[in-house]
Amino acid sequence: MRKDNFIKLLVVVLAIIGIFSFYISPLAYSIRQGLDLQGGTHVVLEAVDTPEAKVNEDAMQRVVKIIEKRVNELGLTEPVIQREGEKRIIVELPGIKDPDKAIQVLGKTAMLEFQDEAGNTVMNGTDLKDAQAQIDQSNQNLVSLEFSAEGSEKFADLTSKNIGKKIAILLDKEVLTAPNVKEAITGGKAVITGSRTLEEAQNLAILLRSGSLPVKVNIIETRTVGPTLGQDSKDKSEFAFAIGIGAVILFMVLFYRLPGLVADISLMAYVIMLLFLLKMLDATLTLPGVAGIILSIGMAVDANVLIFEHFKEEYRFGKTLRMSMDAGFKRAFMTILDSHMTTILASAVLFFFGTGTVKGFAITLGLGTVLSLFTATTFTQYMLKLLFGANLFKNPTIYGASSPTEVVNNNAKN
Amino acid sequence: MQKIDIIGKRKWWYIISLVIIIPGIICMFTRGFNLGIDFTGGTIIDLRFDKPVSIMDVRDVLKTYKLDNSTIQLAGEDSSAAVSQNVMIRTVDLEENDRKAVMASLKDSLGTYNVLREEKVGSTMGSELMIQALWATLLSWLLIVLYISYRFEFRFGIAAVLALVHDILIVLSVFSLMQKQVDSSFVAALMTIVGYSVNDTIVIFDRIRENLKLHFRKGGNIDELANTSIYQTLTRSIYTVCTVLFTTLALYYFGGDTTKDFAFALLIGFTCGAYSSIFIASPLWVTFRGWAEAKRAKQKEATAK
Repeated sequence: MRKDNFIKLLVVVLAIIGIFSFYISPLAYSIRQGLDLQGGTHVVLEAVDTPEAKVNEDAMQRVVKIIEKRVNELGLTEPVIQREGEKRIIVELPGIKDPDKAIQVLGKTAMLEFQDEAGNTVMNGTDLKDAQAQIDQSNQNLVSLEFSAEGSEKFADLTSKNIGKKIAILLDKEVLTAPNVKEAITGGKAVITGSRTLEEAQNLAILLRSGSLPVKVNIIETRTVGPTLGQDSKDKSEFAFAIGIGAVILFMVLFYRLPGLVADISLMAYVIMLLFLLKMLDATLTLPGVAGIILSIGMAVDANVLIFEHFKEEYRFGKTLRMSMDAGFKRAFMTILDSHMTTILASAVLFFFGTGTVKGFAITLGLGTVLSLFTATTFTQYMLKLLFGANLFKNPTIYGASSPTEVVNNNAKN
Repeated sequence: MQKIDIIGKRKWWYIISLVIIIPGIICMFTRGFNLGIDFTGGTIIDLRFDKPVSIMDVRDVLKTYKLDNSTIQLAGEDSSAAVSQNVMIRTVDLEENDRKAVMASLKDSLGTYNVLREEKVGSTMGSELMIQALWATLLSWLLIVLYISYRFEFRFGIAAVLALVHDILIVLSVFSLMQKQVDSSFVAALMTIVGYSVNDTIVIFDRIRENLKLHFRKGGNIDELANTSIYQTLTRSIYTVCTVLFTTLALYYFGGDTTKDFAFALLIGFTCGAYSSIFIASPLWVTFRGWAEAKRAKQKEATAK
């Protein structure tokens, strides 16, 4: 029985240490990091009502689609596009090299119009099939347009009616180009000249391909963290995290001896499970998120401290080591439950009503607290049971508890 | 060890806290807070130049855009020096094109740089953030009171929430008095503090609740009961605050600039949270209980007549 318990304990401990040291770093690095940690650009767009177009659900859905198209055209890895509230869209662009270009492309209405000389709009962006940036033989930057079947007809009609006159191609009411029509164009193709750089031509092509936004969209917030600063924060938080955890682990062993070591092992299990959960939920880890983890580790340690303090107290009443641990655990459980429940409630409120920073924090804290409740009642309890079952040591100081006689002496001194 | 009569001296603890909170509140109304762009709206440009520059150099460039009243700070290893490679510029909310123009002329006159960070927040965003955070916080308090009232009793709930209001007031006071910057990560810090404070208070209340069951059989008085409960949980209170302070101190000293103020708020908050659970929350509960008993005694007297 004793030997059996000892072997079980050894297996559990070694398994946890093994899994921890093997998986901690690949797991930690595979979790998606927030822009504050890896660098990138965060943009918040807001749709606004104009006399021409009111913002409604349908318009917003179209806006999101178009923004998605534009972001994809930028060719980034793992961009995030998210609706927030009724009128807002959050765009996250990790590791972007040219944030200015992206910001400009995202917010443009990009309403394309073809006008005759009198200024009547004859066709618009919906008549396009494709748009591509090009450089022609004379080194000019162009955007070549390809019309849809209907667009080709309209364009042929427009050009044939305006031979010898000027037509204009406008983007957001600004004239891009205003060529003289020499002959009717029936092939369904045209070019827009006048881009100063190839990049400008490429941006225009992206905008035309993705279509125009049905409502006006303003950029209300942009945040860019350069790769240098991102790397710097990441390195520093990693270091701070390691130091902090190291101190906690040392502290637990110093003050609670063997049970402290057991708590440290279950803390390792806890950290691995938390990271695994975050990975499964595809959560993004931001700096406030890291802070949430730190607090939840504090709570997890607190749960252990509560168990051990109750254990010491029971032992002082004169119970055996094993009975003290059982009783201590039972009493500590109620406290742990109540203190964890309030934290879970608070993080739930923050999660549902908070935004951005607050939300990232609430996720890690909430999950961390639930997990802490779980590890304290499963891992810690199981391992402690095995530890006391193995009955390896008889000396209570190994368990961080002072023997009853000592207490009596202390009381006598008082 | 000579034990202090914590409950008996409760007036002193209330006074000590008020000594920080009252000047803090006065300061909040007179000097206010050093609000970050998350609340005021505005633009921040954080640059690292290849060659060191001075504040005057940067201000001269901004003058051409009538932005010379902007905040310009040198940062980096030696922030007290007259010149530095790291410069942080905070202006009013700039349009995309204006920001680009400013950054282009900085490059023209002061040489090339690396963009560390760029932020732009519209002014309406800021106030919305504040109102939303406020509602979320109030709602979380309400839930806490409800939960504690359900699991304990109403007086415990009120005392716990007052203790956390106390912690928040102290953190706000310190930030107002020291004019430290308040941004959205500060809001997250306040929430963390609330979480910690309540958690810490509940552990002591839980012990009071446990002792209360035996209490009337023993016929002891309430002051003694609360004192005993505080001392029974004291080791745990100290150990737990130590472990959270370890991790927060590590974040404060070794973490990046972005987390420094956040860690600072947490340091004050956790310390207050641990303090208030012992010196504010439990004494307040005793005070409330005293009132209730006095009221009951009065009613009894009235019915006796």
